[in-house]
Amino acid sequence: MRRMFEDELKDLHVRFSEMGMMVNEAVYKSVKSFINHDKDLARQVIKDDHKINEREMDLENRSFEMVALQQPVTTDLRLIVTVMKASSDLERMGDHAVSIAKSTIRVKGNTRVPAIEKDLGEMAGVVKKMVEESLDAYVKEQADRAVKIADEDHHVNHYSRKIYEQCIKNMQDDPDTVVGSMDYMLVASYLERIGDYVTNICEWVVYLKKGKLVELNSNAKEDNF
Amino acid sequence: MATEKEKIITTSDVHLFYGKTEALKGISLDFNKNEITALIGPSGCGKSTYLRTLNRMNDLIPNVTITGTVKLGTQNIYAPDTDVVELRKDVGMVFQQPLPFPFSIYDNVIYGLRLAGVKDRQVLDQAVETSLKQAAVWDDVKDKLHESALSLSGGQQQRVCIARVLAAKPKVILMDEPTSALDPISTAKIENMLLELRDDYTIILVTHSMHQASRISDRTAFFLQGELIEADATKKIFMDPSKKQTEDYITGRFG
Repeated sequence: MRRMFEDELKDLHVRFSEMGMMVNEAVYKSVKSFINHDKDLARQVIKDDHKINEREMDLENRSFEMVALQQPVTTDLRLIVTVMKASSDLERMGDHAVSIAKSTIRVKGNTRVPAIEKDLGEMAGVVKKMVEESLDAYVKEQADRAVKIADEDHHVNHYSRKIYEQCIKNMQDDPDTVVGSMDYMLVASYLERIGDYVTNICEWVVYLKKGKLVELNSNAKEDNF
Repeated sequence: MATEKEKIITTSDVHLFYGKTEALKGISLDFNKNEITALIGPSGCGKSTYLRTLNRMNDLIPNVTITGTVKLGTQNIYAPDTDVVELRKDVGMVFQQPLPFPFSIYDNVIYGLRLAGVKDRQVLDQAVETSLKQAAVWDDVKDKLHESALSLSGGQQQRVCIARVLAAKPKVILMDEPTSALDPISTAKIENMLLELRDDYTIILVTHSMHQASRISDRTAFFLQGELIEADATKKIFMDPSKKQTEDYITGRFG
């Protein structure tokens, strides 16, 4: 029994990591398409999203089955719970990538603001790195590293505020940039949300390793509410 | 369409009476080759009685009447010309309590072969080694084959008993709660072994452990008060059974 169950667990782990790579690629491509005004690439992101959704369902089904038939405990149970919860975070990240791709397609001859696009590009770079690092921390089960990665989220929020302020200023100065700036703000908020989901995944890595449910950098604290 | 699995034992409308008490009320159930089927149900539901009808162990109990048909392949095992010894070679049985004979481990394993008249030392040696290896107990006992089987631990004794069944090269192995007298480590060893044996044998297992049924069986049949309530793929039984009684039993609401 153990041997078969071990194989199933390993398989689950590998398929989850694969899903992480698929999502990371979707995020990367969607931002690239936005920055480069590449509508073909954007369409590809939208078209490929079903693969991410299907993978999530597949992971859920496998997890349910393993819980029902193997009654896992301790680390085995935590691994399965982590995959179940973190895969829905990944799936949501994929949906945000689709939203960014849709913004790319929507853009039609808007007046563009290179300074904002540059910041968006940098912000996307930070988010992409966080996604990659969090998945790596998951694979290596490094809880302390996960906490550090989640901490990076304040960079993302910083970009998000900066882009927001720039957009407002641009819209006030030049009404022609209103439509384009709205899209910049949307894309920035999608990226910001993706960063939040990375934080969730980091929380699951901590749970996986230490068995403790933690809240990493809650937004309330950061926004001084 | 998936190809239909080959059936090795088919039973239809099996009724069994102890005197006037009807213990089995018309069981129709088939068993696929090279699968593990778990029979579950509360005490007294008839699952062990049913298991024993599959190699005519109930013949030994006075006052038992059996109707219906039980076929091994195409052969009706209750036909008057059935050689019961031959049948029990094809359909071996492992009991709840390990029952080694008070001989050496070696003699325990070859007991069936001796009865069948095999005398060639080489054949016997080979059978002992192969069977004990298959039963995952070879490493524990290889240096003391000629010591008494009674000197072994309960888990080892049970595996030697399984080796004894395997040495007779059965087609089907019936197991009546084979691990309920054993600790979790010995249980895990036997469960692992059963999964390995599945490639070469068909296993029908009575168990009180839902855990065991869900972990190792391909199909599960649920018995209640002498009736077969539901039989299906184990996955289906444990995730979405069709009958409410099955659900109540496996979730522990009764039984």
